[in-house]
Amino acid sequence: MPAFPKKWLWILLALAFLVPLLQPLLPDVVSNYRLFLVSTMIIAAIAVLGLNLLTGFNGQISLGHSAFYAVGAYTAAILMDKLDMPYYATLPIAAVMCFIVGYLFGLPALKLEGHYLALATFALALSVPQILKYKWLEDLTGGVQGIVLSKPDVPFGLPLNEDQWLYYYCLVVMVLLYWAAANILNSRSGRAMMAIRDQYMAADTMGIDTALYKTVTFGISAAYTGIAGALSASAIAFVAPDSFNFFLSIKFLIGLVVGGVGSLAGSVVGGIFYVLVDNSAQALSTFVKNDLGLQFDLSAYTVFGIILIVLMYLMPMGIVGGVYYLVRSMRSPGAKAREQAALKQRASS
Amino acid sequence: MEQFLQQIASGLANGAIYACVALALVMIYVSTDHINFAQGELAMFSTYISWQLMSWGAEFWVAFAVAVVFSFVMGVTIERVILRPLHNAPVLSIVVVFIGLLAICNSMAGAIWSYLIKEYPSPFPKSSFGIAGVIGPHQLGVVLVTLVVLGLLFVFFRYTSLGLAMRAAAQNPQMARLVGVRVDWMLALGWGLAASVGAVAGTMVAHIVYLDPNMMGGILLYAFASALVGGIGNPGGAVIGGFIVGVLENMVAYAGNQIEKITGVYIIGNGEKLTVALIIVIFVLTVKPAGLFGRVVVKRV
Repeated sequence: MPAFPKKWLWILLALAFLVPLLQPLLPDVVSNYRLFLVSTMIIAAIAVLGLNLLTGFNGQISLGHSAFYAVGAYTAAILMDKLDMPYYATLPIAAVMCFIVGYLFGLPALKLEGHYLALATFALALSVPQILKYKWLEDLTGGVQGIVLSKPDVPFGLPLNEDQWLYYYCLVVMVLLYWAAANILNSRSGRAMMAIRDQYMAADTMGIDTALYKTVTFGISAAYTGIAGALSASAIAFVAPDSFNFFLSIKFLIGLVVGGVGSLAGSVVGGIFYVLVDNSAQALSTFVKNDLGLQFDLSAYTVFGIILIVLMYLMPMGIVGGVYYLVRSMRSPGAKAREQAALKQRASS
Repeated sequence: MEQFLQQIASGLANGAIYACVALALVMIYVSTDHINFAQGELAMFSTYISWQLMSWGAEFWVAFAVAVVFSFVMGVTIERVILRPLHNAPVLSIVVVFIGLLAICNSMAGAIWSYLIKEYPSPFPKSSFGIAGVIGPHQLGVVLVTLVVLGLLFVFFRYTSLGLAMRAAAQNPQMARLVGVRVDWMLALGWGLAASVGAVAGTMVAHIVYLDPNMMGGILLYAFASALVGGIGNPGGAVIGGFIVGVLENMVAYAGNQIEKITGVYIIGNGEKLTVALIIVIFVLTVKPAGLFGRVVVKRV
């Protein structure tokens, strides 16, 4: 996967920071609701980023990331609800908590690979809503009712409204996490992670502590997704056990596959994508009903399912990877040939 | 004591259903090495087909037969159209495709028949069936139907040439091809059979758990646990595993109940069923991946 050009990254980032300031000028385009929607996209992007660290860069399949998301969300919610902690202080605690849970789950996962790991994490995702309703945890988790929270307040008397502040908060967290992930991947540890994905046996033989790297990657990945969960708890100001069902894991999976397995920038695209589809499902359903005259409620998951299957055929690299290669091959038809010639020359010399 | 026997009996009835779904999973696993995450949703879809036919006025067993045949066709079609081109794809792609199928089946069933919970009739006569105080009519019926299905499958695989060809295709595709077995079609047939067995399980369980698009989620998880307990490559083991897990599930809930009655401390009950399955899955996978009856696979490096 090619690295995203740095220049564009900075421009995008500057734009992202400027957008809410345009609200007084263009109140219809930059509405509070849209800012909130973008905030949820950012949260989704962080969750997909976490999954991508594990599946894309370390080769461990997980269908159970909704569980870590739930742990993060509940940790944050309980801390805010019971201990009156400020919302920003819950993030590191949720991260540590999820790291521990992920690390512990990574231990049995060491013995599993491929389908079996998918199976174990699938079981985890299915049982989490039930575990959250467990009678002994009810005092903490609020049982079926869940926990109602309040939205983050704007600090220091900044001239922002709630949604604007939430947007900046999520954006800053995501930028930090993205930067950290890029640095992890670009280091010795990151190369070890990818070596384990590509050639497990060779990595082991070369002295990489595969067990350590796999469990720690599981922990880091869970921590990322857990931070996303904690952010969502304060963004939506509500947590309930049944919102962390297996379908949430399907959403992360679609983010991963659409964005591209093993692409950091792709994770962001994937997160944005699944929130978009999820939100336009209603419009899609009315379109099917009124304009096509079919009598059924099309749900977002039909679309997700079709996209999952179709992408596996057409663009196994994900949309980001697919578009990148499409653009490159269109821009200069000779580039590929030249590249191959250069490779050959290097190999022969 | 009577309560204890009742619990075992209802455990056996549940186990019969887990055994069916587990068998379907194993049939696909043995021939293609894939774990079919969409098995439960396919069964759920077939059950809705039979419900639709019954609401149009068909007899139960007619609707049942049509649903089973429909599932067979659906299974063969899915194998030929969706999975065939991905034969050599990496594991992640296969898992993703299965999850896609799961999402499509679940949401389509919800879209066509709505997410409202529906009653599903039991085909077994209420009176003079079952043993009073121990096993109810529907539970006994479920166990009998399951045993008939398993018997038929056993006869099919053991004594017919088509069954032999399918076993050959699963065990050694290359040699089977050399002696003239159409391996590709055998895999598709296996998919069809698996979907049919799943449909039987769905139509049998729908009376107990009621019909709704999410009804198979927990059952699929228990079926996974059953297949793993029995050894995922072993059809007979999957059936025994199903019964073991079914009884175990009820025993755990029963024991939890008794403990609460005696000591007043709640430890475990019906609300933790899926957690029990999760523990079984992870325990078997990590401690004894070959299960009770599976062979230990030695991989050549």
